[in-house]
Amino acid sequence: MDEPSPPRFLPAGEAALSVEFGSDIDPLLSARVGALDAALAAHPVAGIVETVPTYRSLLIHFDSRLLSTADLIEAIRDLASAPVSSQAARKSWIIPACYDPSHAEDLAETASTLGLPGPEIAKLHAGATYRVYMYGFAPGYVFLGGLPPELNISRRAAPRPPVPAGALLIAGGQALIGHNPMPTGWYHIGRTPVTTFDAARQPPCFIGIGDEIHFEPIDAASFANLEIAAREGAQIARCLP
Amino acid sequence: MPGVLEIMRAGVGSTIQDGGRLLYRRYGVTPAGPMDRAAFRTANLALGNDSDAAAIEIGPGWFEICADCTIPVAFCGGAFNWTLDGKALGQAARITLQPGERLAATPGAWGIFSYLAVAGGLATQPVLGSRATHTRAHLGGLDGRMLRDGDRLPLSATSSFPQANAAITAPWLTGNSQPLRVVPGPQDDYFTADALATFFASEFRVSRRTDRMAYRLDGPKITHARDFNIVSDGIAPGAIQIAGDGQPLVLMADHPPTGGYPKLGHVIRADIGRLAQMRAGAACRFAAIDVEAARQAFISQEAAIARICDYLRGAG
Repeated sequence: MDEPSPPRFLPAGEAALSVEFGSDIDPLLSARVGALDAALAAHPVAGIVETVPTYRSLLIHFDSRLLSTADLIEAIRDLASAPVSSQAARKSWIIPACYDPSHAEDLAETASTLGLPGPEIAKLHAGATYRVYMYGFAPGYVFLGGLPPELNISRRAAPRPPVPAGALLIAGGQALIGHNPMPTGWYHIGRTPVTTFDAARQPPCFIGIGDEIHFEPIDAASFANLEIAAREGAQIARCLP
Repeated sequence: MPGVLEIMRAGVGSTIQDGGRLLYRRYGVTPAGPMDRAAFRTANLALGNDSDAAAIEIGPGWFEICADCTIPVAFCGGAFNWTLDGKALGQAARITLQPGERLAATPGAWGIFSYLAVAGGLATQPVLGSRATHTRAHLGGLDGRMLRDGDRLPLSATSSFPQANAAITAPWLTGNSQPLRVVPGPQDDYFTADALATFFASEFRVSRRTDRMAYRLDGPKITHARDFNIVSDGIAPGAIQIAGDGQPLVLMADHPPTGGYPKLGHVIRADIGRLAQMRAGAACRFAAIDVEAARQAFISQEAAIARICDYLRGAG
């Protein structure tokens, strides 16, 4: 097996360090990010406050009173260059998704831009298997890779008004599950009654980075029922064995 | 029974903040926390509080409170005019508030934020381990929102010994126009050498489009050497993003945890508060500094704040 190329250690100010494994969206890079994240959790370095895994880099926030950038790089150099040995067990989730136009405000616009009928967009979106790459943007916003290339649509030049909670969004070849209503430059093509973030839970998000996501189409009536069930505390995302 | 602080006038953009909601950036959660951390910690330490205890960040506007108990409080930050029942108190002091007395602040010669800490700290409900308010995500503070007239804030203290009145005369509480120090990177290689030279040689002005998330600066266009979209990565406070229009955007306390623009550098922690206090139209410059010098600047500032007793002057 080839030795992986060593990562770049890039200071993000004096109290954060970006460990960059590459510059693209790639499951192998994501696995290396995840491996370093797990290694740091297993072998904590005193002074690290928290780590933020993203597509191709891990940002390490640390207390600069306790740790210098140079000492941190020394402490993690070997961990960061180690080959990714065994993949941790990843979960696979089935997320109910409603593509009814009443829950997909941009479906018609997306259909006309992509030259595909709305139901075909829903079918393509629900038919793919996604990998969770990261959270970002706002609490509980899950970034997914694996969108079928037919659904590649450019981001909007200017953000659209807030999308509803649980919006399923696409743009720039990526898919996203939203949480709270936010203005966005992405396209709103469906909605899930699943709540991805709950500040009262520990941890607040149940979907892990590296997990697999499948969408299961539901109609508007099922959406209404599941939304009530979710509000009453039921877990309506199903974990595949 | 613990006391209550009543907000008579909330002013503009006042929020409850503590040291920030750490540990959850990996789930998309913004840390929030004070915009001027040095002033915030100074107010807390002047009372013997934990330096990150929950306190009020006061924005530009007429702010006024009243307590139902005897409670020592400390305030400092920008040059606000503080008064007690109409009598001038200066811009930074520790006093003991008596029930029914009105403590008020209005903006003065410079600054955007002042901090009001109370002995023992505020006892609002923590969310994910923090009382810091992040209004965009509706987390922390009171219902995740800015303070309003009539809000009643629970205090931790059930009874507090009075503390001697003192003016706070710390040198870091005076605005100054020294360049803001910047550690270059992590994506300085996305800019031409000329663009980097322009950034460090030019004067910028704080735009009107500033808030707790980011300060936009107006100045010469900073040109990207290549595409200005990068695959999203993590963001640290003080990050200087250059978006498509070539203007710098400095990310502040309410920064999103991740972003997709190249970051030319980071304003160092010791200087972010100074930028936070600059009003629209204020001029600023940047100076490059290496990462270890930046760290030493922060350690020195923290050490000075920890010696707050050296900067308290009894008013008798």
